[in-house]
Amino acid sequence: MRSEEIVGSLERRYLTDLLQKGKRIDNRGFFEGRSIQIIPNVIHKAEGSAMVKWGNTVVVAGVKTSVGPPFPDTPNQGVITVNLELSPISSPTFESGPPGPDAIEMARVVDRGIRESHVIPMMHPQMCIIPGKLVWILFVDIYILDDGGNLIDASALAAMAALANTRINKVKINEETEEPILLEEMDPLPREGSVVSLTYVKIDDFILYDPSLAEDRAKIARFSVGIADDGMICSMQKGESGVFSEEEIITILEKATSRAKELNKIIDESSFLNEGEMFQFDF
Amino acid sequence: MRILVSKNQLVIPGEILAQGSGIKVGGGVFRAKKNNETEIYASMIGLAQVRKNRIGVVPLEGCYIPLEGDIVIGKITRVGITSWTVDIRGPYVGTLRVNNVVDRDFDSMNDDINRILTVGDIIKAQITFFDRTRDPVLSLQGRGLHKIINGRLIEVDPVKIPRIIGKKGSMIQLLKNMTNAQIIVGQNGRIVISAQELLIENLIELAIRKIESEAHTSGLTDRIRDYLEEEKRLLLE
Amino acid sequence: MSENKNATLLENGLRLDGRDLHELRPISMKTGVLDRADGSCYLKWGNNKILCAVYGPRELHPKHLAQPDRAIVRVEYRLATFSVNERKSPAPRRREYELSKIITESLNHILFLEKFPNGTIDVFITVLDADGGTRCAALTAASLGLADAGIPMKGLVTGCAVGKVEDKIVVDLSDVEDKDGQGDMPVAMVYNTGEITLLQCDGKFTAEEITEGLKLAKEAIGKIYQMQRRALLAKYSQIAESYDEDEEEE
Repeated sequence: MRSEEIVGSLERRYLTDLLQKGKRIDNRGFFEGRSIQIIPNVIHKAEGSAMVKWGNTVVVAGVKTSVGPPFPDTPNQGVITVNLELSPISSPTFESGPPGPDAIEMARVVDRGIRESHVIPMMHPQMCIIPGKLVWILFVDIYILDDGGNLIDASALAAMAALANTRINKVKINEETEEPILLEEMDPLPREGSVVSLTYVKIDDFILYDPSLAEDRAKIARFSVGIADDGMICSMQKGESGVFSEEEIITILEKATSRAKELNKIIDESSFLNEGEMFQFDF
Repeated sequence: MRILVSKNQLVIPGEILAQGSGIKVGGGVFRAKKNNETEIYASMIGLAQVRKNRIGVVPLEGCYIPLEGDIVIGKITRVGITSWTVDIRGPYVGTLRVNNVVDRDFDSMNDDINRILTVGDIIKAQITFFDRTRDPVLSLQGRGLHKIINGRLIEVDPVKIPRIIGKKGSMIQLLKNMTNAQIIVGQNGRIVISAQELLIENLIELAIRKIESEAHTSGLTDRIRDYLEEEKRLLLE
Repeated sequence: MSENKNATLLENGLRLDGRDLHELRPISMKTGVLDRADGSCYLKWGNNKILCAVYGPRELHPKHLAQPDRAIVRVEYRLATFSVNERKSPAPRRREYELSKIITESLNHILFLEKFPNGTIDVFITVLDADGGTRCAALTAASLGLADAGIPMKGLVTGCAVGKVEDKIVVDLSDVEDKDGQGDMPVAMVYNTGEITLLQCDGKFTAEEITEGLKLAKEAIGKIYQMQRRALLAKYSQIAESYDEDEEEE
């Protein structure tokens, strides 16, 4: 184990002493989030992309599109896959190599929010080119670039913002050969609303929204909830070995529902800003 | 002997600083022979230091290299039978033996070493031995050396520590006097801040970050004094 | 390298992106962009976007790799899955292993590794957007990341590819020129000493063309070196004041 992974007893104690006084290290309220910046369309080679700076955390998500066969049980539906890499660029504690359980869990939590909210309607006619044979396949790849805590929410936002500016080619079918031809001209990816993730952690008996790195390291339990712009809860994930009471979960869901409204707005603002324009990618 | 840079000039690795014989070198530089002539180059980004026939570079970036006598803030990462492994940042890992912590005889069969110090504990220790071939040896026996149980731990660039301490401790004294806070500084770039108010701790951290990013400038002590005065006035409003 | 020499890559003596034969694409670089890394660099070169993080010198895990007389350098050059036309699988491919190896060897030359026995210097490079010439750009970014981490070094390494397009030697191949041109020759040097630390080529060149290519590469590397220098100093010259010796700790 790298020495950076060991949470110092001082670090934990300092946090809990503060929490007992009703304070957080960066002076935020317990349910207050950090500042967020979304820079859409940062990757030239991707069909959709976004970089998110969430507090000190930096995440980039890119969407690649291709055409391929559907799953046999959903012959008319598009396919979406979400991958996430805890790149060693982003933290001294992340090792290179194939994604471990932490990265896979995060990818699946992000995936679940997008999938279950149906914000990208896989059944939309545009997603299917030849029923049973050819559909649009979307790969959403997320790279953590700087770990400043709360990677799930930052990743989910980057993925959502990347999908919001993804474009797919118009397709023509050659009438003789029945082969599809991808045209140069592109359409926006079908999208119905948006979904965001909200993560709460527990340190001692305190519940905090949007953990900073120090808080993320000291947490005993984590709870992430995915909420769509219509207010529906689409995914939940309780993590770590600590536990929550029913009352705590209910409080979290109440707080999350109101915070989700603000966050879902940010996505629409970013996709609006993005129309036809390449943004400067800068740190 | 020709000196090719001016005092305090910003230099980057590979930049030539001087040519000819009879030049003494300090840190942050290396010698190379070119056409039978000795040349001195910078090996790190920093400020050229020129004094008579002596040339060196005060680095602006760099890891912590232990020196015997240094006070460091370490983190216990492993507990052995009669010693601890201590993270002191940088490429070297410290060793702390139980006889350098407690005066009495330690009986590894009956005494539990974890009750003295355990994984995650933060200590203010001194480097008592180091020669680059073996791990640095630490001690907790000495005035002011102890386990640290309170305060906010922050990390800064180890090469900026001399600036944060200041000439004869002037900068750190200024910080302490103006905030009534306790501040423990480790040469390895770790600092523990402990004040009555969270806002004061935040202010001290911001002041330290300011010293870090302006370490290569002059008149810093005065600017930090003005900064603290202004921020304290705003806090009171 | 494709055999397709029919593709028009030059029009009226200019390249498809409007560049002169010896002209570089726009390049910008910034150091210290990452919070958690000891040193870092973000580099844009044409449409290439490359992020490099440096850690160390630090303790080596696993320990059995440690060298008792020197630090080791570990470089990982990776393409992000979305950085290329067809999505790349997340697992590193043979090309990425090869480039990691030659970049490691290039960096080995400039580092004073004997100062840090048993340690490691880890360099992670991710190409977020690829547009031709990524290995030279990656090496250029890596040497800035190392300098930003304060790791003692003999000098900066700077890379630039030259190549052959319609029988002409051109500087800084674009993605299209790399794919449809007649040859690609990546070069990296320690500009101050003229030492070549990386040299490859694929395609067909005459010995004269190689000589011309090296000369042009060195000129281009000189320009890029000046950008590296400015990027490294930018962090400090923004707070430009002279350092008063009286205040400095001895």
